[in-house]
Parts: sequence; C-alpha cells; structure tokens
Amino acid sequence: MDQLLLEYLPILIFLGLAIGLSAVMIGASFVVGPNRPDVEKNSPYECGFEPFDDARMKFDVRFYLVAILFIIFDLEVAFLFPWAITLGDIGVFGFWSMVVFLAILTVGFVYEWRKGALEWE
Amino acid sequence: MIIQAFAFYLFALTAIAAGVMVISARNPVHSVLFLILAFFNAAGLFILLGAEFIAMILVIVYVGAVAVLFLFVVMMLDINFAELREGFLQYLPIGALVGIILVAELMLIFGSWVINPEAAQIIAAPSAAPAEITNTHALGRLIYTEYIYLFQAAGLVLLVAMIGAIVLTLRKRPNVRRQRISEQISRPVEDVIEIKDVPTGSGI
Repeated sequence: MDQLLLEYLPILIFLGLAIGLSAVMIGASFVVGPNRPDVEKNSPYECGFEPFDDARMKFDVRFYLVAILFIIFDLEVAFLFPWAITLGDIGVFGFWSMVVFLAILTVGFVYEWRKGALEWE
Repeated sequence: MIIQAFAFYLFALTAIAAGVMVISARNPVHSVLFLILAFFNAAGLFILLGAEFIAMILVIVYVGAVAVLFLFVVMMLDINFAELREGFLQYLPIGALVGIILVAELMLIFGSWVINPEAAQIIAAPSAAPAEITNTHALGRLIYTEYIYLFQAAGLVLLVAMIGAIVLTLRKRPNVRRQRISEQISRPVEDVIEIKDVPTGSGI
C-alpha cells in the first residue's frame, strides 16, 4: 500500500509546485502591477456602443448529442484497459466476453451511423 | 505517513470547499469549474485509498466527459440565473425543511446499516490481495469472467443510452442545403453542359 503511494509522491510534489508557482504569479501581479481604475476603464466596451444583452446564447442541441456519444465510447474504452492487461489470465472466455460487449455497442454505432447522428448538416 | 495525512486533509478540504462553491457560485459556469475541481480532489482521495484505477477513470470520464457535458447543458439552457435566484430567501424555509427530512432519513439509514455477515460467501470470487497485483489487474481478472452478466448488462445500458440520446435530440432539419457528392457525380452530362457550335464572327 505504501509502495503504491510512494509512486505518486512525485505527482504530489509536482502538484505542490504548480499550486505554489501559480499562487506566486497571480499574487505578484496583483501586488506589484499598477492598478488605477476609473469609470471609463471599467465600463464595458463592445465596438463603441453599450452591450445589447448577455454574452450567453443558446447552443445547438447537436453539440450535446456529440458530447454524450463521446462519453459512451469513452466508457467503452475504459472497459478495454483492464481487459487488455489481463488477457493472458482470463483466456478465451474473457476474450469472447469482450467481443460480445463490443458487438452490442457496434449495434448502437451502426444505428447512429445510419440515423445520420454523426453528420453535421 | 505524515505526508499521507497531509495529502488527505488537502484533498478532503479542497473537495468540501469546491463542493460549497458549486452550490454558492453566482455564475453557473463557475459552478461547473468548481465541480471539476471537486472531481480532481475525489480522484486524489481514491489514490490515497489505493484505488488507482477508479481514480484514473474518475479523471478520464468525469473530468474529461461528464463535466464537458454539464458545461454544454449550462450553456444550452439560456436561463438568466440571477432572475432565478431572486425568490431564494422566500423558499428558504421549505427548502430547509426538505433538507432536514433528508438528513434525518440518511441518519436513520446509516444508523441501522450493517454489513450482511454472509456477504463473504455471496461474492462470486474473491479479489486478489492488493499487495500482490495492481488493482487494474484484479479488476480485469474478475469483470470479464466471474461477473460476465453484469459486464454485458453494462454494455446494454450503454446501448440504451446511445439510442436514447439519438432519439431525444436528433432532429432532421428541412430545407438544409448540403453537398451530396454521389448525386453530383452521377448527373448525366446532357443535363449539365450544352455544346454549341458557334459560327465564326457571329456570336451566340
């Protein structure tokens, strides 16, 4: 257990350095940098006129569809990792069990391909 | 050992602080970013427990995919959240009541929660001792053979999610002009070009 955690010690040190360095950079620019705001500097600027409305606008729902299809295949790949490194132990049965799993998801893939869910109009 | 305790408190406190910020940040996009921070800290806690594989999957799936999905949903909703929060204090008593009931129920559940003494016999196969092999190996030896039905059921769940997402969100838009290469190249030559025999000096 401790051996495992020891392998992650460089990552922890790296994390500490990254947090410290970014804190120093932001803090130093906050302390040292000149900061003299006035009304004109703080006013929003949009091509010379006052902004009409919020910057947020509706996204097309297609982005969502692409993202959710990505998550599903991401999860499928996540199942492949333990399978790949233990293929020698689990033998032919384990191999075909993964092939059936992939076949089930290929049904979904063929469906989305035929439906045109991957095409952008 | 001290470093381990220090890392635990670092991750745990940051996770709790990030969780508080998720529900209290004014801008919902900031909430999602704090949620990502909370996921990262949860991954750190899993590593401290020795569950490397779950930690990495948490980073890949939750940070890489689910958080992006949340960002899309937040961007897609187009709701003015400042307006939404106006009646917050008005609904506070009833919200607090629901919260207290939930906490009481959770306390009842965890107060009477015991591990089934027969659980050791029910499991299909024991996992190997963590000192001998990595836990990705231990998972790989069990998922695809001993727990094959659950594994295939997971595949079916993913299939349902895929089809459900397509059925719910795929809309065919009419009147969209797009390039159809097969139609373009299968047009007969007579429809497309016309050859005129132009006499010299007269024009068309």
